[in-house]
Amino acid sequence: MSKALLLDFTRCVGCQACEEYCAKENNLPSDAPDDKLNYKNFTVVLKRNHQYFRKMCMHCLHPACVSVCPVAALEKTENGPVIYYPSKCMGCRYCMMACPFQIPKYEWDKPIPVIRKCIMCHQRVKEGLPTACAWVCPTGACRFGDREYLLEIAHKRILTFPNRYVHKVYGETEVGGTSVLMLSSIPFEELGFRTDLPEVELPELTGTVLRRIPNVVITGAILLGGISWLVNRRMSLEQEHKETSRSEKRKKDKDS
Amino acid sequence: MFQTVVSFLRTEIRGMSTFRKIRWIIYLLIIIQGIYLTIVRFTKGLGATTNLSDEFPWGFWIAFDVVSGVALAAGGFTLCFLVYLIGYHKFHSVVRATVLTAFLGYALVAVGLLYDLGKYYNVWHPVIMWNHHSVMFEVAWCVMLYLTVLFLEFLPVVLEKFKFHRLLKFMQRATIPLVIAGILLSTLHQSSLGSVFLIVPEKLHPIWYTPMLPLMFYLSAIVVGPAMVIVESTFSAKAFHRSLEKPVLVELAGFLLIALIIYIGVKLQDFYIRDAFKEFFTGSFESIHGLLEMTFFIVPVILLGLKKLRQNPRWIFFSAFLVVVGVVYNRFNVCWIGMLRQSNANYYPSYSEIAISLFLVTIGTMAFYFIARFFPIFPEHEHEETTNHEHQTVPLKMVETT
Repeated sequence: MSKALLLDFTRCVGCQACEEYCAKENNLPSDAPDDKLNYKNFTVVLKRNHQYFRKMCMHCLHPACVSVCPVAALEKTENGPVIYYPSKCMGCRYCMMACPFQIPKYEWDKPIPVIRKCIMCHQRVKEGLPTACAWVCPTGACRFGDREYLLEIAHKRILTFPNRYVHKVYGETEVGGTSVLMLSSIPFEELGFRTDLPEVELPELTGTVLRRIPNVVITGAILLGGISWLVNRRMSLEQEHKETSRSEKRKKDKDS
Repeated sequence: MFQTVVSFLRTEIRGMSTFRKIRWIIYLLIIIQGIYLTIVRFTKGLGATTNLSDEFPWGFWIAFDVVSGVALAAGGFTLCFLVYLIGYHKFHSVVRATVLTAFLGYALVAVGLLYDLGKYYNVWHPVIMWNHHSVMFEVAWCVMLYLTVLFLEFLPVVLEKFKFHRLLKFMQRATIPLVIAGILLSTLHQSSLGSVFLIVPEKLHPIWYTPMLPLMFYLSAIVVGPAMVIVESTFSAKAFHRSLEKPVLVELAGFLLIALIIYIGVKLQDFYIRDAFKEFFTGSFESIHGLLEMTFFIVPVILLGLKKLRQNPRWIFFSAFLVVVGVVYNRFNVCWIGMLRQSNANYYPSYSEIAISLFLVTIGTMAFYFIARFFPIFPEHEHEETTNHEHQTVPLKMVETT
């Protein structure tokens, strides 16, 4: 069963316990609270119009970052988290480029940098525990569970309190769905979340092209080989023709 | 060994004009600066040398060194197709120089990539860590294999120089399979560099984002192939004081014109299908760059379309140069200009980024210059010989008739 997080921003009181406990769990440098995602943190709590909200990796169901990584340094695990192997990474940053939410961050100041992003506490999830942020959240603004179940809860909340919520579960359909779902009282685009994202799974866009490659190679090889054979044969025939006509001429000359 | 090098350099410097001396001093300064910046890049990291950020992770090095570099080295496969596969032997005199340009071009792409990779020592990882869903994985493999193919295609020149005749014969037999492999690999990775950007429909501006991106990149690579051959042979004619072979240039210009017309046709059709013409007339930052880019392709079509100009080496060079600039401009627009708006970044390359790219180009040019001097790249002054021959035969004939 794929696990997920439901972030209900209307219940967030901005205590930033999730930030703190996340840093502890993942051995992050616990500096002063940041005002944006960077390589020192995996999540941030921000405020806009009297509402707190959180930014973190969305853990897409069909992640673009995983599909584009040339060395398979990113992986979507069965449980839901998208995890990262720094030892495999060669630092091409195609994941940063491809991510529709601009989540992966880079250690630009280090001579040997790696990618930093939330890994949804995959060790804890594997052991059957909730993520650190969900475990510590005092108000239930961050809830951990099965994705289908959380989606059900989210829709029920919108139905019961239609005046409190924007009628949208962010992450339900965006880029084919994500493992982090969000509810908000103010429109998501005002919080800096893109609502114009396509609903197609992004890896499909390159996948359709990549699947044609074996065909291109085989037909191309046969076509080019054929062309070269034909041209060669024509030239050698021409040569032969010239030589035979020459020798015939010589014979005629001799005869005469 | 050392003494021969010193005496060679001494005669070399003595033979130079002042203008040439100044030019070589500038090259030297670029190289010294490049070495210094290379040390800074690999000890202090990307943050110290580039203007890249979390919002804009790919910059000038990807746009110029890698994506444009691969496109500009496309002359290799287009010319090899014409000469070796369909027997178009008119271009035989330029094929070696073109293969050398392609080989050096790809080598520079590989070196440029090392500067850009955060963990450059893991650059070989795609060999053992496979992800066949990744376009980049495919490009990495194609470029590795194609670099090998280009090396093998160039190897006969080296073997000829050092008189390894048996190996040379064997290599010549392998020419056709190598050329076919080269064309297939080029087709794959030239188009795949376009596919790289298929995954960012939400970031790339609609003037450039199209499902046809791989086709666009492939066609423009074919366009820039003959254009680069024209530019490169004009430059090397100047550098080596050789006479330009006009019929070859005129023929190349013909091919360039055909390729250009096909490319522009496909491009216009794509704009029409996606209903993207309106994007050009919004007056936005992107629309200006889009219009400028298109002029770099349309002006050469007009110039080369006029038969008088198509016979003139100067105008041919000028049109080809415009096309080269246009293709680089197109790659810049896709990698850089078209990405700015949605990434909320204000990226422009830092001084070090440009200086290091300049350093790499200088090294490539010098490598070409020295290899061309010591290896049989150009046919040995065929033109002069024939003219001498004519001078000798004319009086002889006159003697005969009288």
